[in-house]
Amino acid sequence: MSVTTQAEPPVPPAAGADERAFSQRRLTRVFRRPELGAALAALAIFLLFALNPTSGPIWMSQAGLIGWLSEAWQFGILAVPVGLLMIGGEFDLSCGVMTGATGIMMGLLANGLGWNIWLCIAAALVFSVLIGLFNGLLVTKTKLPSFIVTLATFFILRGVSVGLTELLNSNSTIVTVLGHPGGMASAKAVFSGTVGSNPAYPVAILWWVVITVVGTWMLQRTTFGNWIFASGGDANAARNVGVPVNRTKILLFIGTAVSACLVGAIQFTQGYSAVAEEGAGYELFYIVAAVVGGCLLTGGYGSVIGATLGAAIIGMALQGVIYAGWPSQWGYTFLGFLLLLGVVVNTFIYRRAQRARR
Amino acid sequence: MSLASQDMATTGGGAEDEQAPPLLEARNISKYYGSVIALKDVSLQVHAGEVTCVLGDNGAGKSSLIKILAGVFPPDAGELLLSGQPIHFSGPRSARSHGIATVFQDLATIPLMPVWRNFFLGQEPTSGIGPLRWLSVRHALGVMREELLKMGIDVRDPNQIVGTLSGGERQAVAIARAVYFGAKVLILDEPTSALGVRQSGIVLRYVVQARNLGRGVILVTHNPHHAYPVGDRFVILQRGRLMGSYLKDEISIEELTRLMAGGEELAQLSHELQRLGADQPELLEVAATFAAEADDGALET
Repeated sequence: MSVTTQAEPPVPPAAGADERAFSQRRLTRVFRRPELGAALAALAIFLLFALNPTSGPIWMSQAGLIGWLSEAWQFGILAVPVGLLMIGGEFDLSCGVMTGATGIMMGLLANGLGWNIWLCIAAALVFSVLIGLFNGLLVTKTKLPSFIVTLATFFILRGVSVGLTELLNSNSTIVTVLGHPGGMASAKAVFSGTVGSNPAYPVAILWWVVITVVGTWMLQRTTFGNWIFASGGDANAARNVGVPVNRTKILLFIGTAVSACLVGAIQFTQGYSAVAEEGAGYELFYIVAAVVGGCLLTGGYGSVIGATLGAAIIGMALQGVIYAGWPSQWGYTFLGFLLLLGVVVNTFIYRRAQRARR
Repeated sequence: MSLASQDMATTGGGAEDEQAPPLLEARNISKYYGSVIALKDVSLQVHAGEVTCVLGDNGAGKSSLIKILAGVFPPDAGELLLSGQPIHFSGPRSARSHGIATVFQDLATIPLMPVWRNFFLGQEPTSGIGPLRWLSVRHALGVMREELLKMGIDVRDPNQIVGTLSGGERQAVAIARAVYFGAKVLILDEPTSALGVRQSGIVLRYVVQARNLGRGVILVTHNPHHAYPVGDRFVILQRGRLMGSYLKDEISIEELTRLMAGGEELAQLSHELQRLGADQPELLEVAATFAAEADDGALET
């Protein structure tokens, strides 16, 4: 780009616009991070159970750490892609039931056809990609709210997975692998094994960490991440500058479905059994995690680390309540309040960001 | 204008004319929506280093004209010429690849995204190999700062969310982005309509900057007071028809205002204003707005 005519001097007047631009200090920059609220909440709840005399000793031990992490990864692995999808402006209510559906599919294939476990997992993976594609295409083509579309997918999947299981599995919704198909040991090691001995950390926690790191990198440092923000922020404006909004959203739907398949594989390989209804209802936890983590319900804003922190909060709340000897239902009450708080804070951020100073 | 001819010398293949052909020209464009005539025999030219203002009241056909120029839909009759060669745009993307960038009023930037992400949206600079590519953030920030400074905007914090910028600054970011990504022709759709006087002034200055950088600018507005100071050519539309096309030295601002609003109503209003003893120029503007509104109402019935 060569500039033949140098921009004229009247730059000073432009400074007139700048005089109102609030000076951004490092502190305000920290306050603007979407995951700040979740980080503070996570710290608070960690301290709550650490300082509680009943739960304190076990909470501060490695066993206690493994305890709540083992609860949290179940939410965390899906909170990340669900958070990304929410930033992209859509919901996926079908991904909870997808974890059960893919698990049961692996079980039925291993039992009925005697396939190698890896082949069963691969088949379930293909299936999940197709479901994600189905969700994505339906949402982008019909322009219906994804809330409704994926709610329909949720019911369809749940019905099929329970119905089919009962049909093929003599009226039981629990499928247990009876024979010894190939790949059982290696698949278990990869998905649901442990790392280290005494105490042994579940590999699933590692999967969660990997997904968080990859998700953060993708959102913050790739072109695709820029498109996610744009698709959720203002789809029309994004299209105007050439962002393939539909493709972005479809890929995000595939992302949630594939992550659900990963959770399905982890749960299936734990005991080589699967329950057809597994995961139904969990989709709301993923959304809670993402919202508490600073993802806007309306899209366009949020963070992957926030979603992961949200999942950690859920894990800590549900497990900590048990350690503290409180009735376990209080964990849910706590989550409810946290969700409310998260939404209020997010809405505040959204209004502030949207407020146009004309 | 010397700049314009230089530019054309490099791009122009057709040197049959004594003068360089306009960057973008519309010849006798018509557009119908069913039985409604949105545009009829409208022509306009924009040259490099010039601002062509498209003026008209609401419903005059301005937005239909922009959409045709931006490649959103083709004209039903008439033709578009790019540097003197007939051209057909298959869509907005095709127009953009030919160097025509449109900055739509409300669809220019994404409010919740930081300035730098907005600036590069859709054309992100990356580094890396094959499918493993990542944003070159440092490079992006440097380029953005430099480009915005060229337009006279000093962004202190590139991570600032666009929604917290003023309306004028947001338009400026969109204009600077279009200039940077090689737009030869910039189409600005009512860039000042939602802005106050001061902010409008800022945006108009960027229009001049873009012109000085050798771009052709099509400025669409319903405010002659915004158009006249920056424009080189004026195209006036009324109810889908070309009311007139003037060079700057052929028309005064009073005449421009009168033509735009439809003479009679304004004459009536200025009469009334005179009776009220109005000698402030601000009231004249109010009068023009009233006249324009009256005209608009007549259109709808």
